Amino acid sequence: MDFDKALEMFEPVIGLEVHVELSTKSKMFSSAPNPAYGEAFGAEPNTQITPLDIGLPGSLPVVNEQAVRYSIQLGLALGCSIAESSRFARKNYFYPDLGKNYQISQYDEPIAYEGSVEVELENGRVFHVPIERAHMEEDAGKLTHVGGATGRIQGAEYSLVDYNRAGVPLVEIVTKPIVGAEADAPELARAYVSTIRDIVRALGVSNARMERGNLRCDANVSLRPRGQEKFGTRTETKNVNSFRSIERAVRYEIQRQAAILAAGGTIQQETRHWHEDTGTTSPGRPKSDADDYRYFPEPDLLPVAPPAELIGQLRAALPESPAAMRRRLKGEWGFTDNEFRDVVNSGLLAELVDTVRAGATPAAARKWWTGEIARLANAQGVEPSSLVNPQQVAQIAQLVESGELTDRLARQVLEGVIAGEGTPGEVIEKRGLRVVSDDSALLAAIDEALAAQPDVLAKIKDGKVQAAGAVIGAVMKAMKGQADAARVRELVLERAAQ
Amino acid sequence: MSELIRMTAAELSEKLRAKEVSSVEVTQAHLDRIAEVDGDVHAFLHISENALTTAAAIDAARLDGTEHSPLAGVPIAIKDVLCTVDMPSTAGSKILEGWVPPYDATVVRRLREAGLVPLGKTNMDEFAMGSSTEHSAYGPTRNPWDLERIPGGSGGGSAAAVAAFEAPVALGSDTGGSIRQPAAVTGSVGVKPTYGAVSRYGAIALASSLDQVGPVSRTVLDSALVQDIIGGHDPHDSTSLTDGWPSFADAARQGLAERSFKGVRVGVVKQFQGEGFQAGVQQRFDESLELLAKNGAEIVEIDAPSFEYAVAAYYLILPAEASSNLAKFDSVRFGLRVSPPGATVDKVMAATREEGFGDEVKRRIILGTYALSAGYYDAYYGSAQKVRTLIQRDFASAFEKVDVLVSPAAPTTAFKLGEKLDDPLAMYLNDITTIPANLAGVPGMGLPIGLAPEDGLPVGMQLMAPAREDARLYRHGAALESLLEEQWGGSLLAQAPALEPAEMEAARDGAV
Repeated sequence: MDFDKALEMFEPVIGLEVHVELSTKSKMFSSAPNPAYGEAFGAEPNTQITPLDIGLPGSLPVVNEQAVRYSIQLGLALGCSIAESSRFARKNYFYPDLGKNYQISQYDEPIAYEGSVEVELENGRVFHVPIERAHMEEDAGKLTHVGGATGRIQGAEYSLVDYNRAGVPLVEIVTKPIVGAEADAPELARAYVSTIRDIVRALGVSNARMERGNLRCDANVSLRPRGQEKFGTRTETKNVNSFRSIERAVRYEIQRQAAILAAGGTIQQETRHWHEDTGTTSPGRPKSDADDYRYFPEPDLLPVAPPAELIGQLRAALPESPAAMRRRLKGEWGFTDNEFRDVVNSGLLAELVDTVRAGATPAAARKWWTGEIARLANAQGVEPSSLVNPQQVAQIAQLVESGELTDRLARQVLEGVIAGEGTPGEVIEKRGLRVVSDDSALLAAIDEALAAQPDVLAKIKDGKVQAAGAVIGAVMKAMKGQADAARVRELVLERAAQ
Repeated sequence: MSELIRMTAAELSEKLRAKEVSSVEVTQAHLDRIAEVDGDVHAFLHISENALTTAAAIDAARLDGTEHSPLAGVPIAIKDVLCTVDMPSTAGSKILEGWVPPYDATVVRRLREAGLVPLGKTNMDEFAMGSSTEHSAYGPTRNPWDLERIPGGSGGGSAAAVAAFEAPVALGSDTGGSIRQPAAVTGSVGVKPTYGAVSRYGAIALASSLDQVGPVSRTVLDSALVQDIIGGHDPHDSTSLTDGWPSFADAARQGLAERSFKGVRVGVVKQFQGEGFQAGVQQRFDESLELLAKNGAEIVEIDAPSFEYAVAAYYLILPAEASSNLAKFDSVRFGLRVSPPGATVDKVMAATREEGFGDEVKRRIILGTYALSAGYYDAYYGSAQKVRTLIQRDFASAFEKVDVLVSPAAPTTAFKLGEKLDDPLAMYLNDITTIPANLAGVPGMGLPIGLAPEDGLPVGMQLMAPAREDARLYRHGAALESLLEEQWGGSLLAQAPALEPAEMEAARDGAV
């Protein structure tokens, strides 16, 4: 059903669950390296494990204190209360990606509860998204289904399990039902997750790279007829892993559910899969509130009771909130409202901050990220941040600033960096992209060009300075673009003055 | 029979340190004994191939002057619930047949570091579920006092090994009495330490909030020497206490020197007497109380009304935790795998568990799964936790009045093999006196107090102390042991029938 029509008939209610992989050095309950920390990412399957991560008999969990500190910081940044005493619980279910066939999570005593996050939409509207809880848990391993057409378990010949991710520390942030967003609901979902990403980055508790699964979102959507108080039946679309997809998935679910409800049908309470290619969701497994995970307090672990002093210290050391930071940056960077909103809306604020911190001017950082990099990312259908890192962008921007690269050369350097040819310096070296700053080489090229276009010199002498353009173009062509056009122009005008 | 196998660990330690014997000789003597009698006792599931090599290395270190640990060179048997890198660790289950862990349990590591010589792995009820060792997937262990009878359980193998002089000391694990009850029915000593006093890392979990590893021996002092080695904080076990501990061996020696209960208030649990207790058990227990009183103890009757509900609460908490702890046995990463043709992973898991687990294990997994189910949690698991709190309060109020609590360590002497196998409830009630200590986390000791007149089989007493007061058990246990041995003219186990190969053949023929 048409989105506007759906909104006319129904009020959307959304709820978001965001899983944040914490970037601690070791895992939540074991000493194995944490792939979400960085160095162990992409390691050979089943090499980043201890007996606990594969559930060997006799192994026991030990809580990672850094993960607890990060969780408290995150809870505080979400405006939550921190529990004086919180407890781990076992969530029991059989699945081969869980070494123990239970997940250590938190159930009725989460570490953080009752918070609120300020989220700004593109149109400047500000929402306060209510947070129900943030709890600590461990990630599961990864299954790869081999054989069969879909890559899903159905129809697969066999499945491979990689336990490297098993035990990665997670914080799951659960919102309360979000009402009142109306037609902004899809955008709010995206903006909320983007804000969470900004928060965890500012805290430095997660690498927050969606394409690596550091940040994962499940989107709950339900509709209720206008005027009805009771919430409708919800679906949970799992693992929507880019900002754009979150918005699209929520929008799609609103339209899909509206069509069913309008036709007199009922919504199945179920999980759904998001399909990036078709922009649709399909049914996963039925889910009911009676899903029985047989939660009970984890007897292998003591309750987590952070001392009040620790909470006080962490609270005092909190970085400014993303909303406050935006207000500050906008002033410091001197962007116009539109320029700044473009940056925020493209989800590139954190990249800009890091790029400026790495030495680029704010204007240059904005130009690169919202221009060339965003264009390339868009063409490849990936997040800009997955192509290059802020340090590389800052280096390129500085080389342009100092005149060592022209814009055109700099774009080639960027291409090379993205293609994996190395650092900007290495790409310049390999591709020979240095600006020709040797005047004698330039003068030789200029003389050659003037010889080919003998009338130009006279025109310039007559005051028709624009005639120099033809010569400059020829020289740049001869130098394969590796010349500073401004310098060439200077030299041409000097020649004419002689 | 070599006299070396009759010696206690403390005696062996002296001889080893004086270089009167070598560890190789001591170890060989025990291996010979095992070869001689274990075909009938079946205390062991696996005999270490490294025992003599280890012993030789200890001997060499002693000659170099680099080995000074008190029990260095003394052999020890290890319950199969504990992970050992050099021996299969099956917990008595078919589902772990042949599984060799890539790591040692912390207690095993500490034994090795202290120079003890692991002889092998001892038999047990599958995953420590049982009170007779008949639930082992590898066949039952027999009681050295009467081969037709059970050695208790779940640690029947460790108790029988010690009682049959196959090992001077052993390790056990106690979730509801699995160290103390076998000790009682085999005439040996066994201690369940304070919860958290000994690391559980590498102990294949039954019920995590109840499990505790502890020593099995023929004397109180020997158990103390072993707990001194295996105990203390372990960063790998979050429930392990960070307390510093006194020397338990010193506490035992103090008791042996004192041989007195002057000023000691001994509480007798009212709920654990009379009905349901075998006459000969009650008689020896009452006589022991008289002996304590005669030597200065003040005997106080203690009412612990919640103890009556201990078994019921225990059989909800234990299965609930066990159902989760045993979920990892699914064939995916280790252990048995049964693959019906064309089966999916779910079916392979189900088929493996169907074939790999015995009936008692399945019974408890089903009970526990049910007790934790949505809608039943509060009524079962929740209520059981409340009872647990009440039991802890009963202990707290008792220990305001007395220094130690006593009860029979088991309601009967060893029963016949097969006698209770078809009656799980009767089997569960065997642990009626030992379960409260696990629910409250307090330490308990089982030690022999004589033979029941009607069947000539060992009777045990249980001593309990407040949490962290394990030393109190060793001190008073050693004093009582000394007073009793004076009456008996030696250890109770000296009265056990000899297990000579010829006699055993006869016993076995008779049993057929």
